Amino acid sequence: MPQTIIEKIWNQHVVDQQEGAPAILAIDLHLVHEVTSPQAFTGLRSRGLKVHRPDRTVATADHSIPTTPRNLPIADEMAAAQVKQLEANCAEFGVPLHGWESPNQGIVHVIGPELGLTQPGATIVCGDSHTATHGAFGALAFGIGTSEVEMVLATQCLLQRKPKTYLVRVDGTLRPGVSAKDIILALIARIGVGGGTGHVFEYAGSAIRALSMEERMTICNMSIEGGARAGLVAPDETTFAYLKGRPHAPQGADWDAAVARWRTLTSDEGATYDKEIVIDANTLEPMVTYGTNPGMGLPISGTIPDPANETDPAAARALTRALEYMDLHAGDSIIGRPVNTVFIGSCTNGRISDLRLAANVLKGQTVAKGVRVMVVPGSADVKRQAEREGLDTIFRDAGADWREAGCSMCIAMNGDQLAPGEYAISTSNRNFEGRQGKGGRTFLASPLTAAATALTGVIADPRTLPGMSR
Amino acid sequence: MAAPKVGTFTTGLVPLPAENVDTDQIVPARYLKVIDKAGLADALFHDWRFEADGTKKNPPFVIDEPRYAGHGILVAGDNFGTGSSREHAPWALGAFGIKAILATSFADIFKSNALKNGILPIVLPADLHSTLMQIAKEDLAATVTINLAAATMTTPDGASHAFPIDLFSQKMLLDGLDELDYIRTQSDKIVAHETAHPGTINTLQPNASR
Repeated sequence: MPQTIIEKIWNQHVVDQQEGAPAILAIDLHLVHEVTSPQAFTGLRSRGLKVHRPDRTVATADHSIPTTPRNLPIADEMAAAQVKQLEANCAEFGVPLHGWESPNQGIVHVIGPELGLTQPGATIVCGDSHTATHGAFGALAFGIGTSEVEMVLATQCLLQRKPKTYLVRVDGTLRPGVSAKDIILALIARIGVGGGTGHVFEYAGSAIRALSMEERMTICNMSIEGGARAGLVAPDETTFAYLKGRPHAPQGADWDAAVARWRTLTSDEGATYDKEIVIDANTLEPMVTYGTNPGMGLPISGTIPDPANETDPAAARALTRALEYMDLHAGDSIIGRPVNTVFIGSCTNGRISDLRLAANVLKGQTVAKGVRVMVVPGSADVKRQAEREGLDTIFRDAGADWREAGCSMCIAMNGDQLAPGEYAISTSNRNFEGRQGKGGRTFLASPLTAAATALTGVIADPRTLPGMSR
Repeated sequence: MAAPKVGTFTTGLVPLPAENVDTDQIVPARYLKVIDKAGLADALFHDWRFEADGTKKNPPFVIDEPRYAGHGILVAGDNFGTGSSREHAPWALGAFGIKAILATSFADIFKSNALKNGILPIVLPADLHSTLMQIAKEDLAATVTINLAAATMTTPDGASHAFPIDLFSQKMLLDGLDELDYIRTQSDKIVAHETAHPGTINTLQPNASR
């Protein structure tokens, strides 16, 4: 029977399947960070257990660490204690750690791929819902809770039920100024934040094939924002070219054998899915969110929707509340809305190609007066590469703030945050109430749209930039 | 290891008629800097409950209304628990005294995390859900009895409704069994699988240097 790539990876990892019980699923790579792991290590200790496979486990500090220069101490006592606890736990249990001063430190979903640890066909988990990012390599990657972190530490396995499959086919060619972020925001706007619940997305189609690995990561990253725990892209030459030569990628004969195996990871002709959607890339515009969940997005030329036009009373109520929180008005254009802050970074859009796009817009320009522009590289490696290319100078010269790597204002745990009532345009993944600081208001958008907005101080259409003819 | 044990309980309802309640609302991220599970009751729905100076809002958020004090079943909107994987969300709900949540659907990771902490995420059909939401708002003395062994819920009108729960989770919660202990009973199979599938990922040993 023809199988999807999702079923193939699943079947290869089932250790045991008892009648009526979830499968015991083998996990190939477990990524650990400071925020969702301390209670799991405490659990291991109280059970007298060891980490079963330290060689399949890797840790970093990303969520609560400051993005100020690394020679300064962590000022927040709780964050400092959490990072110290991670270091102690990793030392005690033999888990390799790319700590907050390590040259390999970075957002957990940025460093996995850049170290070559994220590989096709693998099962990958982390106590973080954006683990879906790693699906870009044709891996089955999903977020887990802390109880599950403990289970994986102890056994390198999880109890899981087989997910349903959801084909997202994106055909056509993106127009200038439209990018991977706009594809995923458009998908979520269509299916809603619960549209993929219980499913794993497979992104396919000519527009997906044409994307770089970093662009595929942007899309897979936000699968969870469409309700799917995981989303993946079948591996191809783009995948292999990205991985080859990376520190933890196989080498020599092992590499050849691995690529031969990875080539079998495609969905078979005739394989069926539980759900399907087709998106025409030719018709997509840059997308911006206007509300308080990532499904509340619209093409940038659009206007704020009117709750009076909602037929479903619950949806009307949610929209009314969202517009109230955002202090936006039905019928207004999204273009031209003022912002206080521009945030460029995160596991969604904090990679080198994202920074290059933003720098290209800001080169030789000055950010709008009174607008704070924060550029936060996704990893120490991204930061070094950007500095080799002189991007840091471009950002600084334009009046932007160039910072150290971390999650930063995507989750606002580390002091990088909005003041109540402030607006940000952000390349991150969530616009929930208070996500970027209590009372803060978020517009999600692509790096191009964020950079264009940095120049004007109001939401701007990147297609109006020089070189972006319609 | 003490796993949560759930049997039969009777308690009042609290209405939270909002769709897509995300885990950033259930526990804002700045409360995730803890290294244990305790003390999260005040973090629950923090920014909906408290003013900037830390005092409770006036009028209070629904879970703080005196008339709902001690009520252990939250009646919430569709897709409850969307967003982040933070298990701090069910830890905080449990610390506050919430034992079950009734909604028309739940986000996957939240649902899994809730069950591991003995909080029942119960999916109801839209009509029954809206009836119970109405009762929660209007009839403060109304109680609902949840019988996990029978997977039934007795509503204030005396009617009994079956609710869906997978047999495995049901048994684990009824018997107070621990999922990690269950996985460990299959250690031999795990090792056999690992031997048969050595894989190419090794976090300890880079294959090449850049």
